[in-house]
Amino acid sequence: MSLDADQVKKIAHLARLKIDDTDVPGYVTNLSNILEIFEQMRTIDTANVTPMSHPVEAVQRLRDDEVRETDQRDVFQALAPSTENGLYLVPRVIE
Amino acid sequence: MNYETVIGLEIHVQLATKSKIFSAASTAYGAAPNTQACAVDLALPGVLPVLNKEAVHMATKFGLAIGAEVAPRSVFARKNYFYPDLPKGYQISQFELPIVGTGHLDIELKGGETKRIGVTRAHLEEDAGKSLHEDFAGMTGIDLNRAGTPLLEVVSEPDMRSAEEAVAYMKKMHALVTYLEICDGNMQEGSFRCDANVSVRPVGQAEFGARAEIKNINSFRFVERAINYEVERQIDLIEEGGVVVQETRLYDADRDETRSMRSKEEANDYRYFPDPDLLPVVISAEYLEQVRAELPELPEEKKQRYIDTFGLSPYDAAGLTASRELADYFETVIEKTGDVRLSANWISGEMSARLNKDDLSIAESKVSAEAFAGLLLRIKDNTISGKIAKEVFEAMWNGEGSADAVIEVKGLKQITDTGAIESMVDEVIANNAGQFAELKSGKDKLMGFFVGQVLKASKGKANPAQVNELIRKKLQD
Repeated sequence: MSLDADQVKKIAHLARLKIDDTDVPGYVTNLSNILEIFEQMRTIDTANVTPMSHPVEAVQRLRDDEVRETDQRDVFQALAPSTENGLYLVPRVIE
Repeated sequence: MNYETVIGLEIHVQLATKSKIFSAASTAYGAAPNTQACAVDLALPGVLPVLNKEAVHMATKFGLAIGAEVAPRSVFARKNYFYPDLPKGYQISQFELPIVGTGHLDIELKGGETKRIGVTRAHLEEDAGKSLHEDFAGMTGIDLNRAGTPLLEVVSEPDMRSAEEAVAYMKKMHALVTYLEICDGNMQEGSFRCDANVSVRPVGQAEFGARAEIKNINSFRFVERAINYEVERQIDLIEEGGVVVQETRLYDADRDETRSMRSKEEANDYRYFPDPDLLPVVISAEYLEQVRAELPELPEEKKQRYIDTFGLSPYDAAGLTASRELADYFETVIEKTGDVRLSANWISGEMSARLNKDDLSIAESKVSAEAFAGLLLRIKDNTISGKIAKEVFEAMWNGEGSADAVIEVKGLKQITDTGAIESMVDEVIANNAGQFAELKSGKDKLMGFFVGQVLKASKGKANPAQVNELIRKKLQD
């Protein structure tokens, strides 16, 4: 399986990555090579192997339902480029 | 051509935990913007999610209540998309292995029959923040207090065939989650909202038509209106030779219409994958049994108990168990009055009508269950008639005190003294001698007139049955 230039551009757009048109052929080759490795792995018989969704044999630990965070808005908002009335301001998004 | 409507609902149930699903920030509604958004909610570098035990507990209760399999092992996944109210660039949700599997909910249809609606799955996820588009000089304001609030998304099968059925299902689901105390049910604050998938197909066609997904509807009334509008729109489109396209639409309550959300074509490419920050959630058989044992009496069970032990009709029983608050109110009133029929009639009748009129829920009633029982007791012991009781109820609603106080102050006590009523009867007969002669000669219709006149003279305080009896006696004299 190999990718074409349009698929690479679409993936870049979904990930909000700005890529140069001149770099696209290089990405097509490199990403296709990675997929090629998966193709090779696919030929292995895994019928008797349990799928692994996590590399560690552990289960999720749970936290008691308690409020422990305090209001640190001023500290956090000092990092933000723009705020007003306690809101973070971002370039306008219109649906 | 005749069309059949096909509807499936995705209901977002906001879980009533104190803290967020993956952080220890508060979920309380209405706080000043961003004062309840901690480092985890803001996705600052290096933070990790830690799952809230209570969110898992609530999802488990829900799964058991709808007869579903609660997954012994479920996995969180990342749903990737970019929007400023989602700081991580992904929403933590569940995809391939949700915590709640296939279950069902039964709804009552108009004719009294029951219809089973399938629940495909329910999964845990975090809510996003809020975007405020007005007033910031060309910028959008972001409040992340809601970011990370736990949601249980309940996905139904496309089993509903009308807006009415969809509303019945949504109401039933609302009752269930409030009975279970896993959601406060406050629709205005967005604690319970839904997306409706709507399509139409010619009657007899097996495959479904293309569906529109109507987003974020937060009232029972709007669900009904949005679906009805959408069904009309799709049928008109087909009749005019057009084609329904699969898309996301928004319901505009002010204009009572749905419109397309001009979403970008790749919007649905969420590239889900298991979240490496979270391990699989494991639920043991022992834990399941423990949760099962603590489940409260559910609406269906309560309804059956009302039918079996109180002798109520299935219709009345369904009405009185529609919400946990209403059922609790009813049971308190019965306990005080010892009269099931009277209590059921008055709660389903006067009380419901009054609540509807003021658009209040039973929890917001101006007359408490104890006070209401006080009123019913005065009907029961014949202190007042049912008619006068309505007047007393109105006064109680307006804050004029207890039933006894209102009866006392307004002098509404029923007259049971036969002598007093008899003299009123005599007076009415004397004033209407002509009609009385007609009544005597067999014009029975006039009976109502005489009873009415006497009741009027007594200002409604005479007992109608007693008046009737006295007039009949006069006829024989």
